[in-house]
Amino acid sequence: MTIAPIPTQATIEIRNLKPYYGKRLAVRPVNMTIEPNKITAIIGPSGCGKSTVLRCLNRMHETILGARAEGQVLLNDENIYAPDVDPMLVRRKIGMVFQQPIALRTRSIFENIAIGLRLAGINNKHVLAERVEASLRAAVLWDEVKDKLNQAGTALSGGQQQRLSIARTIAVAPEVILFDEPCSALDPISTLKIEELLLELRKQYTIVIVTHNMQQAARISDNTAVFMVDTDDGVPTGVLVEYNQTAKIFTQPDDPRTEDYVSGRVG
Amino acid sequence: MANVQAQTTTSFRERLAQRTQHGDGIFWAVTLFFALVVIALVVAIGWVTWSDSALARERFGLGFFTSTEWNPVETEVSPESFGAMPAIVGTLVSSIIALLLAGPIAIGIGIFLAELCPPSLRMPLSFMVELLAAIPSVIYGVWGVMVFAPFFTQYIGVPLSSSMRDVIPWLTSAQVASGRGLLVAGIILAIMILPTIAAITRDVLTLVPNTQREVMLALGATKWEVIWLSVVPYARAGIVGGVMLGLGRALGETMAATMLVGNRSQVPGSLLEPATTAASLVASELTNAQSLLHESALVLIALALFAITLLLNLIARMLIWFVNRGPVGSARA
Amino acid sequence: MSLKSSRIPNYQRRKATDAIMRGLVLLATACAIVPLVLIIGYVVVIGGGALSWEFFTDVYQPPMTATTMDMIGAAPGGDVPFDPNDPFAHLNPGALTGADPVDEKGADILEAPARGGVFHAIVGTLLVTSLAVLIAMPIGILAGVFLSEFPGNSVATVVRFACDVLSGAPSIVVGVVAYILIVNARNPDTGQPYGFSGIAGAIALTFLMVPTITRTTEEVLKLVPEATREAALAMGATTWYSTFTVVIPTALSGIVTGIMLAFARGAGETAPLIMTVLGSNVLVTSLLQPIAALPLVTYRYTESPFPSENTLAWGSAFVLMMLVLAVNILVRIATRNRLRLQ
Repeated sequence: MTIAPIPTQATIEIRNLKPYYGKRLAVRPVNMTIEPNKITAIIGPSGCGKSTVLRCLNRMHETILGARAEGQVLLNDENIYAPDVDPMLVRRKIGMVFQQPIALRTRSIFENIAIGLRLAGINNKHVLAERVEASLRAAVLWDEVKDKLNQAGTALSGGQQQRLSIARTIAVAPEVILFDEPCSALDPISTLKIEELLLELRKQYTIVIVTHNMQQAARISDNTAVFMVDTDDGVPTGVLVEYNQTAKIFTQPDDPRTEDYVSGRVG
Repeated sequence: MANVQAQTTTSFRERLAQRTQHGDGIFWAVTLFFALVVIALVVAIGWVTWSDSALARERFGLGFFTSTEWNPVETEVSPESFGAMPAIVGTLVSSIIALLLAGPIAIGIGIFLAELCPPSLRMPLSFMVELLAAIPSVIYGVWGVMVFAPFFTQYIGVPLSSSMRDVIPWLTSAQVASGRGLLVAGIILAIMILPTIAAITRDVLTLVPNTQREVMLALGATKWEVIWLSVVPYARAGIVGGVMLGLGRALGETMAATMLVGNRSQVPGSLLEPATTAASLVASELTNAQSLLHESALVLIALALFAITLLLNLIARMLIWFVNRGPVGSARA
Repeated sequence: MSLKSSRIPNYQRRKATDAIMRGLVLLATACAIVPLVLIIGYVVVIGGGALSWEFFTDVYQPPMTATTMDMIGAAPGGDVPFDPNDPFAHLNPGALTGADPVDEKGADILEAPARGGVFHAIVGTLLVTSLAVLIAMPIGILAGVFLSEFPGNSVATVVRFACDVLSGAPSIVVGVVAYILIVNARNPDTGQPYGFSGIAGAIALTFLMVPTITRTTEEVLKLVPEATREAALAMGATTWYSTFTVVIPTALSGIVTGIMLAFARGAGETAPLIMTVLGSNVLVTSLLQPIAALPLVTYRYTESPFPSENTLAWGSAFVLMMLVLAVNILVRIATRNRLRLQ
């Protein structure tokens, strides 16, 4: 049973975001707006803070000991960093898929998806079955696993586990999905499948993807943000260099540093 | 110039190699010998207890472990006969009480130390928990007898016994004032096995990959849900292993048990009256054994104790290894 | 879809569960700390109170009231001649059962102050434990060398398991084995059993010490960087030469740590000693006879009906506890330094 996707129309506005590790500022203040129902790619050389910025968008950055973030991130005009906001609720609205395909080791495929729903208090078998199926279909994994829902999640291949992670994230009905280098650990065929999936998911969700693969960004994203490492005052700090439509970034970028990076001269 | 230097170096190496070349074989042989000595120590325990218990094994067979008569003194009325049930019941009951009390608390300690404790407090608190394990068991006995038993009798034993008098027979006893019994021994045993279970729980939880935690956090789970729904299940085999090691320690504990259990070699009717455990029975009677059969029966009990703790150790280590995917065990474990 | 609204119906319950469970595990940790503090506290306070010059220098003195000492003409606080095989000969049976604890002049034996000391026990513990360490050291260190230099073969796996078994074995079992092998074994010349002795106790303790020394030695040797070994081998030394002249000296502090831990463990064991050294009321310096030991006197004095002897039990518990604590703390400090240097 497929549900026709209802686009969530979620916009993220980042205002003066400053992530810190202890006393060290990791990335210079970031200002950008993520457009709804588009794929926004974040690219840049390693160490430029791409993942750090991404993790600030769903308040995962602060789960690292000593890390914090200042500034504002507005999800549809609500600041997720407001003092009275519970990060737990933020993370339900803004989901994340990680680099390593992770199945929760002790659970079956079904339970891997259902866990998010159970957290919300949904324990009715029928409701769970429906939503698990819907999520697996949306992640284009249903046909491959529908006969083995009770097998361990770890029995799947890397690409399948990554789609499992996507299904798990979709099941809790977020508005935005963040992807942190989702294909780096996968083979090219699985990568293509995931890219196709992302293009489908864009219809319903706002997507932000961090990738070190420029071609991937060029292939699938609508907008691209380019980060570089700035060593002006001796301490390497990340900085947002340019944020524009993808086509423009890769053909006629405004900033010379972007040009250097996408043409391979730097990074 | 270079030539001379090369010659000197070569001759040093040659001389060194020449002098030591035969040593490697001896080295291997000597260290192997002592490694085998370690194995021999274990084999010796098994062999000695097996052969010295022959008399009792032949006389009683497996029925030894189900008979409740422990009668070292031959009289006209009752012949000399030995049954291990009093010891078995005592050991099992006191150890189970210890496990029921210590298990959840120790797992909680392990969870706290591994997941929730502020990093600056982690080392000192871990050290303090491990210090509990270093205290010699006779000191637990002294404290138990002089401090805890009177406290227990006044605030737990007597109230329990009088309120349960006609309700639950095994929670009441006329001898509750003695301050000895399986319950009081079990409580002290619980304190003694806390550090074992807690330390292993903490160690296996620390080894759970962080990715498991991040997945749960990203789904919007609370800190406790992350721990309870992904970290603990991941490590559950290791935690079970830790509990088994704790059980093994409780089963074999001698001094604190001897001083608190009352040393009455009969199956008790209540948790609040004197009883015995396998270890304390052997400890109190072996040097005064009345006959060869008596001694043999005691050695048989020691053998059974050894075999059971060996089995528990084996299974527990395998479980912990399974979680860590590598051999575990430090000198302090 | 507001972030602040709990669109999730069970939000409050989940938050409450989170807070409660986190509080509970904190409480659990307190459940470990409280007994630790209580036990150490009582031992330090009451045991410390029993300490005196006599305590450390005198041997066993049976409890006596002032009047009894008067009767036999002894100076207060001085030594009283007594038969070590029957130290209570001067007492009436009532004193022992508490039925009639009072002597002729009305002084209550149960209130007699502590007399005597544990010097004989300190000497005994030092002698027996040291001998055990001396025997266990070569076995443990060389087995540990084997495990670290020739790892991966099946003998190594069995040895490691053997160490686990030995360290997890009930100490009473080890005492039984030593009892059968030595105490009860008959001397072929005289036909008499060898009897209780310090040597039997030392051998029993060896069983318990070997796994500690072996495992610590193995761990510490494994920590020596490969580069150190390679440097020695590059000089032309063979494996055994480089092990003994370079690797072991580098790891020496760790090996010493293992030996100290083993010593502390052995010093605190009671059960194996009950059936091997038996105990004694007089100073014994030969290891061929029954000998006193700190854990033994702690045990015996605790079981005694005389409060004066119970006080001595606390005192010797104090000495034992200090020994064990000191070793553990020293080891912890040394280990932390070693870990930090890596």
